[in-house]
Amino acid sequence: MPYNLKEIVGKKPSRFTEGHRMCAGCGAPPVARMILRALKEEDHAVISGATGCMEVSTFIYPYTAWTDSFIHTAFECAGATLSGVEAAYQAMKRQGKLPEDKETKFIAFGGDGGTYDIGLQALSGAMERGHDLTYVCYDNGAYMNTGIQRSSATPKFSDTTTSPAGKVLPGKMQPRKDLTKIMAGHHIPYIAQTAAFMNFKDLYEKAEKAIYTKGPTFLNVLSPCPRGWGYPTEDLMKINKLAIDTCYWPLYEVVDGVYHITYKPPKKLPIEEFLKPQKRFKHMFNPGNEWMIEEFQKEVDSRWQELLDLEKLTNTEN
Amino acid sequence: MSIRERLSGNEAAAIAMKQINPDVVAAFPITPSTEIPQYFSTFVANGEVDTEFVAVESEHSAMSACIGAQAAGARAMTATSANGLSLMWEMIYIASSLRLPIVLSLVNRAVSGPLNIHCDHSDAMGVRDSGWIMLFSENNQEAYDNLLMANRIAENEKVLLPLMVCQDGFITSHSIENIELEQDEEVKKFVGEYHPKHYLLNDKEPMAVGPLDVQPYLFEHKAQQGYAMKAAKEVILEVSREFEKWTGRHYGLFEEYMLDDCDFAIVCMNSTAGTTKAVVDELRKKGIKAGLLKIRVYRPFPSEEVAKALSKAKAIAVLDKADSLNGMGGALFEDVASSMYVAGKNIPLVNYIYGIGGRDTTSEDIKSVYTDLNEILKTGKIDNPYRYLGLRKEEK
Amino acid sequence: MTEINSKTPMEKMTIGGNIYEAGNAKEFKTGDWRSIRPVFDKEKCKQCGLCFAVCPENAIPVNKDTLNREDFNYDYCKGCGVCAKTCPFGAITMKEEGV
Repeated sequence: MPYNLKEIVGKKPSRFTEGHRMCAGCGAPPVARMILRALKEEDHAVISGATGCMEVSTFIYPYTAWTDSFIHTAFECAGATLSGVEAAYQAMKRQGKLPEDKETKFIAFGGDGGTYDIGLQALSGAMERGHDLTYVCYDNGAYMNTGIQRSSATPKFSDTTTSPAGKVLPGKMQPRKDLTKIMAGHHIPYIAQTAAFMNFKDLYEKAEKAIYTKGPTFLNVLSPCPRGWGYPTEDLMKINKLAIDTCYWPLYEVVDGVYHITYKPPKKLPIEEFLKPQKRFKHMFNPGNEWMIEEFQKEVDSRWQELLDLEKLTNTEN
Repeated sequence: MSIRERLSGNEAAAIAMKQINPDVVAAFPITPSTEIPQYFSTFVANGEVDTEFVAVESEHSAMSACIGAQAAGARAMTATSANGLSLMWEMIYIASSLRLPIVLSLVNRAVSGPLNIHCDHSDAMGVRDSGWIMLFSENNQEAYDNLLMANRIAENEKVLLPLMVCQDGFITSHSIENIELEQDEEVKKFVGEYHPKHYLLNDKEPMAVGPLDVQPYLFEHKAQQGYAMKAAKEVILEVSREFEKWTGRHYGLFEEYMLDDCDFAIVCMNSTAGTTKAVVDELRKKGIKAGLLKIRVYRPFPSEEVAKALSKAKAIAVLDKADSLNGMGGALFEDVASSMYVAGKNIPLVNYIYGIGGRDTTSEDIKSVYTDLNEILKTGKIDNPYRYLGLRKEEK
Repeated sequence: MTEINSKTPMEKMTIGGNIYEAGNAKEFKTGDWRSIRPVFDKEKCKQCGLCFAVCPENAIPVNKDTLNREDFNYDYCKGCGVCAKTCPFGAITMKEEGV
């Protein structure tokens, strides 16, 4: 069936309800909700959340915004916790302790703190062991839950509360880690980088593939944070689009080791377009700081080129 | 009919786990408990169990996976020691707060640092207030028996708390001793099936586990755990009685050895009790009224019962195989001291920190403790209640 | 309905903080967070469906049969304005609350 946004949103129930307490305009709920809509309606899901914005605002006793089963244990172990749930499923299914005709899918949600940093080990372990689960990182580029501290996903020069732009240091000094590539190094069957873009087709289709590919799969989803990034809440979709059109956040997937870039901007925009509307990069536009923008652009260009090369390389038949 | 065997403590624990046949075992190797997941993965490889073995990348993930599995509706077990338990520490609290009856086989070893792979109880003492039931085992037989009783206790509706069975690293875990094993079928019957009321994999009732629990709620949730821990005492006794009916082997909250009429009592846990029993026998032959109280159930701590059992002694020494480094005494000493105080028993009480990092504790050491108690009784003086046993020290 | 609240005695609370009514956050209204409100102009709306999906609050009800949207669910709308900015047809405008 060809993708139809209205059909999907109108007919498939939301499995992430209203009444959650994430900030107004947060980029994460539309992402999580659309990913869960990729589940077949008849399938049950167990969702695991790493401690972070999404977990603490969707599951405040005695309320849960998840209509499927949900488990949160701690910050660094969403991957390991869900491994245990999935192992239980395999064992119990094998012994006939669960209904034969019912499928359960396993999805973890972690922010960049819980995924790139403190939870990287548990994630890597879960992927390497081959559990049949999907790990979703909603990447908002800093530890937003504790008040906008830098993470390894924070882009270079960002002004955060632990990498403040000061008189001597121009914000974060290190470029961001490329987690999607690290995941590709695990040689798992499906990896994708995506975002809420256009009519959500890219996000939905990748979520569907990830959830219904057997084995461990990984989605890295850009999830803008109006407070942490410093842009007006209403600009969520504009920021997403600029991240993609500047090639700051390329949309691609790695299927059994083969790279496919799923969207190539007809006109690649200069990085200023993405940086300018965000307060975290404001100091980069001060006179004398042009070098920062140049350096940022160079970094984006080289990573984009690397991706183009990888696509070419992995799609060439010998 | 029991089967007579000769096994190490680790083998005994692994066989108990095989007979329990849990749905999930998630474990990471660490000396001296490494053999347990090794043996267990052999059972998995040979199709002798129905278990999904998750070879996790750390102990933190081992406990996280056990939590996920148990919450999902499965029986989950693991084994660890020392720093492995330390790395689990965060998840140890979460396991008990989520009220998941996970069973852990803890082979006691010194927590770093400096690094030492030998036995003391500093690992267990680090989690003594985490809301886990803690059973201690003198030898391989007790480690095996305690594990066979573990699920029944932990999974009881009134309890629903995780449980760890402790045995001494190397001393018990690697010594081959005689043991009586029970038949697989009978163990299966005794342990029973696990049917949790609520579980994640029940698609008929999706549930949420592990919320953000704000000020109006956390206090009550912690108190629920406290009450459950209190209730566990009676459940442990019930299960132990049933176990005795089945196997003939008796277990209580603690073991009293020549305690009734004793003048001098030692309180200790795990393998040291074996050495102490031998010393008690020897001293009794000389007419010295020595006795022993060996703690089996350390959490919940049987405070009233301990105070009552020690009430006839004239001087008491508590042996701690972990130093609390607090300037006043080890953890077991504090527990016994407060039990005695609350029960209004004013009996001279002295603490010995011993056996740290695998330091041998000989029968001569234990004898010296009874000699000290005799001295205390004679002079009425304690001087220093916080002592070291078997420590090299300059003579003053 | 969730029966647990800050007056519930310990004995009546679920153990471990478990919740057995998945999705009950719906009972928690977030509409009072709002300082500006979206106003829907049915005439201008072409029912393209974009605003349904961008709403972080799931506050735009969609009719299952016609697949057309209805007016906002102000019980939950936090007034972020993403829908108004995303609408290609100018069918949503943001107005100050109480004006």
